[in-house]
Amino acid sequence: MNKDDYRLKSIDNGTAIDHIPKGKALQLVNVLEIGEEITFTMAVNVPSKRVGRKDIILIEGKELNEKEFAKIGLIAIGSTINIVRNKKVIEKFTAKIPKEANGIIKCNNPNCITNIEKINTKFKINSSPLEAKCGYCERFMKEEEILKQIK
Amino acid sequence: MKKKSKRIKSKKPESKTSFSLTDVISMQDFSKHDIEFILEKASILELMHSSKKKTILFGKTVATLFFEPSTRTRLSFEKAAQDLGAEVIGFADPNTSSSGSKGESFSDTIKVVERYADLIIARTPIEGAPRRAAEISSKPIINAGDGSNQHPTQTLLDLYTIKKTFGKIDGLKIGFSGDLKYGRTVHSLSKALSHYKVDQYFIAPKELEMPQYYVENAKKSGKVKLTEDLYKYLGELDILYATRIQKERFPDPIEYQRIKNVYILDSKILSKVKKTFKIMHPLPRVNEIDPSLDETPHALYFDQLSNGIPVREALISILAGVKK
Repeated sequence: MNKDDYRLKSIDNGTAIDHIPKGKALQLVNVLEIGEEITFTMAVNVPSKRVGRKDIILIEGKELNEKEFAKIGLIAIGSTINIVRNKKVIEKFTAKIPKEANGIIKCNNPNCITNIEKINTKFKINSSPLEAKCGYCERFMKEEEILKQIK
Repeated sequence: MKKKSKRIKSKKPESKTSFSLTDVISMQDFSKHDIEFILEKASILELMHSSKKKTILFGKTVATLFFEPSTRTRLSFEKAAQDLGAEVIGFADPNTSSSGSKGESFSDTIKVVERYADLIIARTPIEGAPRRAAEISSKPIINAGDGSNQHPTQTLLDLYTIKKTFGKIDGLKIGFSGDLKYGRTVHSLSKALSHYKVDQYFIAPKELEMPQYYVENAKKSGKVKLTEDLYKYLGELDILYATRIQKERFPDPIEYQRIKNVYILDSKILSKVKKTFKIMHPLPRVNEIDPSLDETPHALYFDQLSNGIPVREALISILAGVKK
């Protein structure tokens, strides 16, 4: 992440998500658990030497959790996740498609037990092509359905 | 100094004398070994004297919870449990239970019944509910059908019928006709047959053809042929598994009228098929098998019903003693 690439102030503590495929930042912001008290900034369509155009999200004061990493892996594979503490990047990794997704996708089968009773969903994920299989009703969802059903 | 012996971590070999599952929820959980174990156990129980069989589950209680009506499946399970000497409790009509009349959740009903029974058999229109029951119940669960998802005992009795009739499953040529797109029994049996060396023939109109996933899966274990023409490969088949074409699958009623009679099996097939050819059907049938075939040696569909008893006895007898 180059400071001159965009007009964002670096964060002191929190999470910086870089190299988000362009156009995906808005969807990510909607599903990440960013509370009302959290400040976040977002840049879209930023020129990038590596990927041409990219989006960036900087979240001040919140380190994302495993569930949120999985959501980033599903929506914006290839994004770089930086965990920042005291202005230093202490952890940096690339978002990957998770093998399992628990509690982050709503099953699109209205007759599935997870849509009838209050139960955490669980899915097995195949990465190529991207598809998710419900651990309860065994229905498959394709990529576009998965992206709509991330909660 | 004594040298420490190196422990080699290896995968525990699968026991040839045990069944690996504590619940029967979905055919996807079954290994070939599990299937064979049940078929073997069923054949032993089928030949066992009834007085000896009655002692197997003496003192045990089996609950049959039918959240939706199903006469054949329920009676078959209850008969199987009674044959083994178990006491049977439960309900056949959800409106007479708290789940139906008082709005009790499926999960709560399971948590109540697990305190009264050694094994719970559940049929429900809610897909995935038996999997949930298996998670929360300390007693084994058998799925007796969950909506359009799974009905594993139907598949096991189909496999048992095939093995009992032909003495083997490997090497057979098995066709499926009718609604292959939505047919739960067809998908489940086709997938189970991929554990064996079986050639599979999918005979259906374009609108109802077998989903690609199952076609690819079938190719792993044998040849696969697809056709819309019922008669094209009829002479090659050992078994034709016929299913009903449902009117509600067609948005255009004219299209349904065009197709509905194309896959009817009647006396016209008799000159085309092998002597040993058999017709199977999950029942109930509507018009897809003409009753004139019922008395021919090709009809196997009523035998499937009887074969459900030993298969369910096998599952109940194994699971009712299982500690989860």
